[in-house]
Amino acid sequence: MYLTLLSIDWILLVEKAILIAIIISVSLLVAMYETWGERKVAAFMQDRRGPNRAGPGGLFQPLADGLKLFMKEEIIPNSSNRFLFVLGPGLAMLTAMMTSAVVPWGSHFHLFGRDISLQIADVNIGILYIFGVVSMGVYGVMIGGWASNNKFSLLAAIRGASQIISYELAMGISIIALLMITGSLSLKTIVEQQQQGHYYVLLQPLGFLIFLICAFAECNRTPFDLSEAENELNFGYHQEYSSMKLGFYLFAEYVNMFISSAVMATLYWGGYDIPFVNDASFGQANGQNLLAILQVVSLFIKIVIFIFFFMWVRWTIPRFRYDQLMRLGWKILIPLALFNMLVTGFLVLLRQNHWHF
Amino acid sequence: MGITQILFWGLSILALLGAILVVISKNPVHSVLWLIVVFMAISGHYILLNAQFLAIVNLIVYAGAIMVLFLFVFMLMNLNADTEPQKNKWLKIAGVVAGGSLLLVLVAALKHADMKNQLAVMNKGEIGLIHNLGLVLFQDYVVPFEITSVLFLSAMVGVVVIGKKD
Repeated sequence: MYLTLLSIDWILLVEKAILIAIIISVSLLVAMYETWGERKVAAFMQDRRGPNRAGPGGLFQPLADGLKLFMKEEIIPNSSNRFLFVLGPGLAMLTAMMTSAVVPWGSHFHLFGRDISLQIADVNIGILYIFGVVSMGVYGVMIGGWASNNKFSLLAAIRGASQIISYELAMGISIIALLMITGSLSLKTIVEQQQQGHYYVLLQPLGFLIFLICAFAECNRTPFDLSEAENELNFGYHQEYSSMKLGFYLFAEYVNMFISSAVMATLYWGGYDIPFVNDASFGQANGQNLLAILQVVSLFIKIVIFIFFFMWVRWTIPRFRYDQLMRLGWKILIPLALFNMLVTGFLVLLRQNHWHF
Repeated sequence: MGITQILFWGLSILALLGAILVVISKNPVHSVLWLIVVFMAISGHYILLNAQFLAIVNLIVYAGAIMVLFLFVFMLMNLNADTEPQKNKWLKIAGVVAGGSLLLVLVAALKHADMKNQLAVMNKGEIGLIHNLGLVLFQDYVVPFEITSVLFLSAMVGVVVIGKKD
């Protein structure tokens, strides 16, 4: 068997396949209920009730929405580029999903005498992988906008893409400052370091703030949702889309929000670490499996808090004008991120020198 | 064939096919998209060589940033097969001859190159890992590396300054 030569065992393959299936279905489920949560949060902020007809508290509303989207007539404009028109939403969804591969969702289970890691791939370039996938995410928007053969879609797509590229720079620089402290790009290592010491948000408050703002911009969320500004661009880059292809674009945004919340929690807020509890000794006292479950729960609570924050901002802050958006990205965030990087580098060097100049 | 070889052949065919389609596609936007496919395939090759850092940086920089700029230009210029001016027949022939001679030169040069000692190690080598790459960059090549990074930073600052003018 060549597969054993390459030191791949089949049980590991099956294990990872199951893990991937679970993570993808959970991301979709979370994205589904994010749409419900968004309406409920909006309703709460505007003193309304929100969806309350389908099921208790409107809990079945996402199912009804999904059914509606699936049932609608699918229209492909005559003048559009057929293949790319269909490829666009698929690409948006694919890139939204792919990021979840390197996020550690918990330490590991101990089942059937095996340690089952709750991370799909612990690659030693974890953060860069996320950046790579995010930078691919531009194409879903651009291809969709261009293939629709509609001026408004194209304008919106170009807006969206240039916004994502601009904010990627500041995001990258804010991450460099974090990497100076961690000395590792593997997300699992970063979480383990935080379990032993402080959460990195304490050491990198400015870096976290920059990362948060950039994450908003990368997800195309308000106040940065200029690519779907209805009053300027009709409906944005997905104007010509209908049925589930539109659904994919909208859904990809929610999946993105979920994953970027997970990444923020992992990088700056300890990931799956349970706050105020020594995870290692808890695991020895109560068994590894219980610990792993609690860790997953802990990570999900952090994620839900971040998702709520995303929604909170959406229903509080109005949209930027385009020049304001670019000014914030290029003239405020990038210099701030550079400053943060320099200060961090200085302090790291000073600490290595035992706080002597 | 082992898995590595299957992947190698798959990626090679994908890269060559993509490269050919870049050239023969009528629509420039399709050409750019095929070029992205080529970059993906090349990144796959890097991963087979265990150079993960190079693979992902190739994706971020080329496929993620430069190709987006290409797409911007093509989409805004609205180039189509219909609007493209037909080139002179002699110009086309001259192009084919020039390209053919370049191929000839390349093949001749590669034929005499010392391949035996330069074979890359599939799936093993440690050179491409980010740890070793960092050590080499910051120990042996500090000055060139720093100069390049200052160059990039000044380019970025330059963009901001140009944007500030009006």
